[in-house]
Amino acid sequence: MSLYYVQKLLYNLNREPAMQRDFKADPMRVMADYDLTAEEKKALTDADIGLLYVFGVNGQLLMHFAALLGIAWDDYLEAMREGVRRHGPVRAGIYALVEE
Amino acid sequence: MALVFAGICSHAPGIVNRAERVEASRREALYDAYGRMGRAIRDKSPDVLVVIGAEHFGNFFMNNMPAFAMGMADYYEGPIEDEGWLKIKRRRVAGNRDLSERLIARVMDEVDVAYCEEWKLDHAIMVPLHFLTPDYRLPIVPANINCQGPPLTPLHRAYRFGEALRRAAEAVPERIAIIGTGGISHWPATPNSGKINEAWDRDFLARWAGGDKAAMLSYSDAATYRDAGQGGFEIRTFIAIAGVAAERKGEIWHYDAISPFAVGCTIGVMNLA
Repeated sequence: MSLYYVQKLLYNLNREPAMQRDFKADPMRVMADYDLTAEEKKALTDADIGLLYVFGVNGQLLMHFAALLGIAWDDYLEAMREGVRRHGPVRAGIYALVEE
Repeated sequence: MALVFAGICSHAPGIVNRAERVEASRREALYDAYGRMGRAIRDKSPDVLVVIGAEHFGNFFMNNMPAFAMGMADYYEGPIEDEGWLKIKRRRVAGNRDLSERLIARVMDEVDVAYCEEWKLDHAIMVPLHFLTPDYRLPIVPANINCQGPPLTPLHRAYRFGEALRRAAEAVPERIAIIGTGGISHWPATPNSGKINEAWDRDFLARWAGGDKAAMLSYSDAATYRDAGQGGFEIRTFIAIAGVAAERKGEIWHYDAISPFAVGCTIGVMNLA
């Protein structure tokens, strides 16, 4: 579990158009520069918004990743709800501060 | 006195990019309130607009997170978000490096602030500018308070930042307008997007408009998260404006809890007279 590096990858991705192109072309190569678990790499390559939310990725990063992938706003919100149903409550980060 | 304007407004991206989800009359009432605030700023003929935002990982991340930051450049660029997503066209926005440097140097007498010679503006600044200065002619000084990555900037330090900005504004010959942007209660970009605690918002705004420093600084982050969501942490920018106004009173020109915009949409102005 390396929420920090998942979020750092998304932070850099949101800022850098060149990295967005690289990530679309070869995500494994981009992710090699970050300390990520196999589960995190799979969630990122599968565009599993629900699981990324459950990891604890901040929505202010995640919504832009979703937009980059062409996921519509309502589908983005539903993907997070589905992630919680499937994987349980948020595991870390700011949304894990208090029980919902 | 070179401080000519102090006010607050919402910055939620939905106000622009989900506009069609709200009935026209309600939406236009909000847009009109932004327009009124923009005219009030221009009527004071400011040389620069300091925009205290609560940015969302546009420039600052947990590898090196400043409690406070101010821009010090002749231009900035925004929005960092996809133009098609935010529905605001990417552009350069003028700054004023020399004036920024003098303001920052004076603020540093009281508050440790990071300075930034580049800054990518996110919706925290671009949404307000879109409505307040649609011709983008008024140079800006972007400023930021960490409302995103805990440990967050303490509320009393946000107030103190506002006080330091006021004294900095009074120490330069230029005319300075300052706004704080953010949400009150909201749960942005989460499954609870659209939830708004209107009673909490109205109570906070009453404290703000009353210049009630002690009441504004009494929130704990745990209570704010419980009652107002992680978006509630952005009260720091509004509290900073209360510090700018030095316990003067303000007026809420507009408040409407618009769920599709995911925030209680707010326009408020301090009476500096």
